[in-house]
Amino acid sequence: MLQIIKLAWRDLNRNRRRSFFSALALGMGLSLLLLMAGVIEHEGRSSMDTSIRLQTGHLQIRAAAYNENRASLAWEDLVERPAAIAAQVAALPPVSAATPRLFASGIVASGDTSAAARVTGVDPASAANDPYRSGIVSGQWLTADDRDGIVIGRPMAEKLGLKVGDKPNVLVNTANGDVDTQAFVIRGIYSTRTPGFDSGTVFMSLAKAQAIARAGDHASAIFVLLKDRDQAGAVVAALQTRQYAVLTWDRMNALLSDTEELANSYMILLYLIILAITATVIVNTLVMAVFERTREIGILSALGMRSGRIMAMFFAESAMLALGGILIGLIIGGAMVAYFGSVGYYVGDFGMTGMLLGERIYATLTLKDAINLSLAALVVTLVASVYPASLAARLEPVEALRGGRQV
Amino acid sequence: MEVAKVEHVSRVYKTGDAETAALKDVSLSIEAGEFAALVGPSGSGKTTLLQLIGCLDTPSSGKVIIAGQDVSALNRDQRADTRRAKIGFVFQFFALIPTLTAFENVEMPLLLNGLPAAERSARVHQLLEAVGLKERTHRRPDQLSGGEQQRVAIARALAGKPALILADEPTANLDTENGKQVMEIMQRLNRETGVTFVFATHDPRVIAYASRVITLRDGQVTANGAGAAKV
Repeated sequence: MLQIIKLAWRDLNRNRRRSFFSALALGMGLSLLLLMAGVIEHEGRSSMDTSIRLQTGHLQIRAAAYNENRASLAWEDLVERPAAIAAQVAALPPVSAATPRLFASGIVASGDTSAAARVTGVDPASAANDPYRSGIVSGQWLTADDRDGIVIGRPMAEKLGLKVGDKPNVLVNTANGDVDTQAFVIRGIYSTRTPGFDSGTVFMSLAKAQAIARAGDHASAIFVLLKDRDQAGAVVAALQTRQYAVLTWDRMNALLSDTEELANSYMILLYLIILAITATVIVNTLVMAVFERTREIGILSALGMRSGRIMAMFFAESAMLALGGILIGLIIGGAMVAYFGSVGYYVGDFGMTGMLLGERIYATLTLKDAINLSLAALVVTLVASVYPASLAARLEPVEALRGGRQV
Repeated sequence: MEVAKVEHVSRVYKTGDAETAALKDVSLSIEAGEFAALVGPSGSGKTTLLQLIGCLDTPSSGKVIIAGQDVSALNRDQRADTRRAKIGFVFQFFALIPTLTAFENVEMPLLLNGLPAAERSARVHQLLEAVGLKERTHRRPDQLSGGEQQRVAIARALAGKPALILADEPTANLDTENGKQVMEIMQRLNRETGVTFVFATHDPRVIAYASRVITLRDGQVTANGAGAAKV
């Protein structure tokens, strides 16, 4: 076996440039796959985290009849006396924050321009608002007694040409089906670097939101953050009531999970296509090698080398090219992932319904992905080399010694 | 004792609808220890006969028996096993593996036979010394002269201790001096080791070394006997 490996190594070294470029082709393919896997891994994980942090929380307690898509404000669809419930929930050990929120559809208008808004009434002091509070880029976050202030996202501010201190009109749907309009002062402009969220979410104090939406002492949901999301089930069990529904983060983000799963399925197909393309380069190299070394194959056969060992020799060459390519791929792919992991790539407002993507995409490569893709590259290459290897093994010794070809 | 026996062997090549008979009902036997020459003009069937005796090809009809075993109906791997165990080859164009050194080329049949490293090394050194290439052990074929390459090929043919060595025009690609050296080495090894040599040639100077001359013409044996060449 050692001699076969040695022969294979020397054969590859006969045409170093061709061998190098064959390995490089595989390496480039693999490095692209590593980058793609890294981006999917990072974005899949971070979009879930982002959605939980900004939008859904780990749990939401809602009225059983609440329809999220309609942002219903009818009192029977809302949580009554939400502050008291939030306080009870916050007292549970696994809970890190619990706060009432009221969601209403609205429009922010300034001069001739306007933008659709998801008006969100929040308890300004709650720790659950930290992602928005820490994202203030201009002005300040809301205070509990602020009755005419709002905080808007930077994309909306840029779209409407608003700055801190400006007074746009905010139209808000009300519980009785009407629309109420009021001028608000922009206290602050925030950026969570998630354009899909920032462009449409407007914050005001819960008390003011309840007042303008005629919601009384009601909230759309109790927004709950846990210390560990794996404890969601236990907390749900502790909170079960007939009156309210308790929704977990995975159910609220089902679309995100499904989209990620679908994306992963497509990616496997894409991986195989890319690997197959790069493997054809290696097949081409080996087929050329078979034609160039027909006489030598005849010599080895004349010396008594069985077909299986001749095949093994070509498999060894293929495996060496694959290993070289994998090494190149890991180096280039690793460098690309490291770069995109720290600097990222700016995509701006590139989002899709149900997914919150940051304005920059990043990559994170897991050991599992690196191993799986490397193994896939090796296996695809070996499978692809069956043809040239069998071509060599099927050469008739007499014809091969003449340098001809008869298979 | 017969090392090789050919019984009523014919070999017909087909090209489309056309058939060419390279050998026609050839029968002969090679005894152990012989230093036999297959002679005849180009196209007489010398190489085809060597290929059949060497299990590189199979006859269209008839039997080829090597060391008592009928090899006519063996499959590809069985023929490879027979070649590895019983037959050595020396080709006109040396047929060395260009990426391997002289040592490694000679070592190859021993590797295929699964000999341990120490035994391989000792045997290869002994053989290279026997063909006068002790100092050229680690040269690759492109660093050796034609004569030296053919001597490496002879050492390689002897490596597996075969019963029979088949040489196809072993001197055709060498100058007179190197050709002479190669034939003298083959003859000496034949005497010293007792290994049977059958070589194809149409060079009278080479034929002169033979203890027996088998003459072929148009695919048939026309003369078969000891002594001087009958071309």
